[in-house]
Amino acid sequence: MKNDFRARNHPAYWAFIVHRSSGVLLALFLPLHFWALGQALHGAAALDGFLRWTEQPLVKFAETGLVLLLAAHMAGGLRLLALEFLDWREWQKTLLTAAAGVSLVAGLAFLLNLV
Amino acid sequence: MENLKVRIWRGTEQGDFQDFEVPRQESQTVLDVVTYVQRKCDATLSYRFACRVGVCGSCAMTVNGQSRWTCRTHVSKVATDNTLEIAPLRNLPVIKDLVTDMREFFDKWARARGRFTGSTTRKDGFAKVSPESKERKRVDAGIECIGCGVCYSACDVVSWNKDYLGPAALNRAWTLINDVRDTARNERLAAVAGDAGCHACHTHLSCTERCPKGLSPTAGIAGLKRAVLSATLAGDI
Repeated sequence: MKNDFRARNHPAYWAFIVHRSSGVLLALFLPLHFWALGQALHGAAALDGFLRWTEQPLVKFAETGLVLLLAAHMAGGLRLLALEFLDWREWQKTLLTAAAGVSLVAGLAFLLNLV
Repeated sequence: MENLKVRIWRGTEQGDFQDFEVPRQESQTVLDVVTYVQRKCDATLSYRFACRVGVCGSCAMTVNGQSRWTCRTHVSKVATDNTLEIAPLRNLPVIKDLVTDMREFFDKWARARGRFTGSTTRKDGFAKVSPESKERKRVDAGIECIGCGVCYSACDVVSWNKDYLGPAALNRAWTLINDVRDTARNERLAAVAGDAGCHACHTHLSCTERCPKGLSPTAGIAGLKRAVLSATLAGDI
């Protein structure tokens, strides 16, 4: 028999899901990112045109999600490195609180900068 | 107190939950509930227990979806809406009702070289290991495992990869790696390396979350990863 969500419902498992899903979503975003950079190959005007489009409030707001994903993936990754490479201490179990905090602060800082 | 509603798994891999009503008592454990059902309601119910005090590691089951030792789990701590759902451990073949076949669990201890290999005989004196040494402290942190199988049952990587040695066997290997008397370090590190060994761990920490003894197999597995890396770089394995 297999486990269901009741067995998985604990903070470290949620941290795993956040890390995996943010990684997948960022990987899906990468082609768009390269496409945007590739606009520069068509001259400065093409890139500037695209960058002006990204200044729209809704696009900026969507970028907050992107910043949040990046921050969550990086903070979660640093947490994993600490778990794997440092000699074990009790505080390592609670590192995910710090990782979640750092991600939220980064996301909020970006969002607050918009208004 | 109101009667407790209990749903207990009946059958093997195929089967269904059967409902029982059990009188609620103060300080009642989940094992007390199962024992009541077997003695008063249905004598054909199969389950395992021995010591009843959290030493032997034989009474682990899945209670309301989470792997637990039942002898030291109070009903008041785990019952939701006065209801208990009791099932066999996960990730192990079910023999009947609440009894699982633990063979693969213990075979994996052997595959992880979970047996001490020394170089001395009974004629030699005792080894002196300082309680303050780093190695001894690491052993202390993992040695109280009672082999109940709760971590193995809670681990998703065991579900995903049937060859994965699992948290308990790797924790055992880690305590032996830190046993300064042991002489099979490199063979053991080679046995626990690879995609069915320590490197398969996804650091979900479910084992650490559920271990009834409060151990952290994740810590031991992380230690094994580091030890395997150093031994590989040094050309020892």
